[in-house]
Amino acid sequence: MLVYIIRRLGQSALVIAVMATLVFVAVYAVGNPVDILASPQADQQEIEAITRRLGLDRPLYEQYGLFVWNALHGDLGRSFVYNEPAVQLILKRLPATFELAMTALVIAVGVGIPLGLYAGLKPNSLGGHSVMAGSILGFSLPNFWQGLMLVLLFSVVLGWLPAGGRGQTVEILGLPVSFLTVDGLQHLLLPALNLALYKMALVIRLTRAGAREVMLQDYVRFARAKGLSQARVIGVHVLKNILIPVVTVLGLELGSMIAFAVVTETVFAYPGMGKLLIDSISRLDRPVIVAYLMMTVVIFVVINLVVDLIYAAIDPRVRLSEA
Amino acid sequence: MSDHAETTTLAAEAAVAATPDKGESLLARHVAAFFESPLAVAGLVTLLAMVLLALLAPFIAPQNPYDLSQLDIMDGTLAPGAKSLAGYTFWLGTDEQGRDMLSGILYGLRISLGVGAVSTVIACALGASIGVVAAYAGGRVDTLVMRVVDLQLSFPAILVALVLLAVFGRGVDKVVIALVIVQWAYYARTVRGSALVERRREYIEAARCLALPKNRVVFRHLLPNCLPPLIVVATVQVAHSIALESTLSFLGVGVPVTEPSLGMLIAKGYDYLLSGKYWISTFPGVALVLAIVAINLVGDRLRDVLNPRLSR
Repeated sequence: MLVYIIRRLGQSALVIAVMATLVFVAVYAVGNPVDILASPQADQQEIEAITRRLGLDRPLYEQYGLFVWNALHGDLGRSFVYNEPAVQLILKRLPATFELAMTALVIAVGVGIPLGLYAGLKPNSLGGHSVMAGSILGFSLPNFWQGLMLVLLFSVVLGWLPAGGRGQTVEILGLPVSFLTVDGLQHLLLPALNLALYKMALVIRLTRAGAREVMLQDYVRFARAKGLSQARVIGVHVLKNILIPVVTVLGLELGSMIAFAVVTETVFAYPGMGKLLIDSISRLDRPVIVAYLMMTVVIFVVINLVVDLIYAAIDPRVRLSEA
Repeated sequence: MSDHAETTTLAAEAAVAATPDKGESLLARHVAAFFESPLAVAGLVTLLAMVLLALLAPFIAPQNPYDLSQLDIMDGTLAPGAKSLAGYTFWLGTDEQGRDMLSGILYGLRISLGVGAVSTVIACALGASIGVVAAYAGGRVDTLVMRVVDLQLSFPAILVALVLLAVFGRGVDKVVIALVIVQWAYYARTVRGSALVERRREYIEAARCLALPKNRVVFRHLLPNCLPPLIVVATVQVAHSIALESTLSFLGVGVPVTEPSLGMLIAKGYDYLLSGKYWISTFPGVALVLAIVAINLVGDRLRDVLNPRLSR
């Protein structure tokens, strides 16, 4: 097991190093940010001063060496636009995105499991068919269009919820959160629902398939034979066994939530790190793009590593085949 | 673990599909099975109709939405069904420049379907070739290719495409390149799975005994027998790449303003959505969803038809 862990850690470090190089080469090949940051009236001297201040006049390999050295010290450059350390800029936006993703996860599980259970227990009822049809829509509708339609329905036509922004926040342990105020909750609901819909469709399908399979097992029949109530059979014996695949898949999908938050945050003008990325791309603010990418790469590698290690702990066959 | 299960399933699919049937041909049987599902037929008809509309757009669209001389700014943001100054009806309304949305959608469909189809064909050809070569070569080549595939699939496609386009800049060709880079790995993995089993079969041994050149064995004997699962994956991926392209265009890193896809039309309408002018974003979205659902229905049925475990 120890050898496996060390091997996996080494692989993860290699992946991060490769991605860092790719990210640097790719992003630093984009156009000249000086053209964008210097005002149109700037003369040659001002442009040169800006270039020197940002270190853009040095050869590419020197820029890269500096980048790696600084990255190892947690410094991924200063934003050209905000003139603030890029990492700090992203960390400031991270809680908003995290809150959004967590709320979406709660909605996806809280709504998806009951609906999937219902569809699995009554697969041929009208309700069961409607739930499945709904989940197909959840898969097929492009995420951003779902968001637009939510805005159209709930903000423009019905006027119930705000169309964008984050609303009022309160500080907990120094972090601003919005789920404790009514205004913040109202702002959070639509983006979270938008982000949750795809995962909800996934949870519904997994739960339904699981319910249909588990209901035929002997232990369910036995629980019934013991005279347990229907609620207890489903709530304890069935649900517990369904949860295993659901939890596994959701763990793996956590990363893609961060990716899709980019889309949702753009639609709802939600001030998270995804919106920051899109803004930085359109402004060619390279340090922020690089810092965002490096942080997501690390997050993904850590998620994959944890999932793999849990698997290896549960199932020894994984360790043998990887060795 | 799941990889192994997948490999066996895919291999089984390929094996049965490759077995010649007595009597009527295999293709005829599959076609007949496909048409047994009314939903799939509806999807196919919708899809063909949309392809036809996209191809014929210059002839059937009421106006050329990108010929500025045909636009009148006075017709801007008219509601669906309104009459233009020149007298004809805008059935789906107009955008801020007085562009007929129906024409805009027909032209947008060309870009969206075109980008989806072209990127899928290229990614499929590239991925399948890499996958089949990896499976045939085995050993280090196989390990290396599969590590790259695993690495790439561990990152969400949307993020990778976003980064690539942030580097490349806007453009239809660049979107296609980004989609190919994002998607080749799915095909490589699928084909490798079935090729690993197929290459141990007698006909491959026979071909090698005939001392046929390696590339002939791989591409003429091995690859054709790995096709059925590939077709299913490719159909679903067309829908994915259309959705991905529209998302990228919506985020402002996809196709340029001069060649607007459906995603671009939706993005432009977003600014007007909040003031209640719903038609600019809604109708291109409906067209987009219709295309994606139609392709998915066809793909679902193809999977059932080509999967021997479900056949009677």
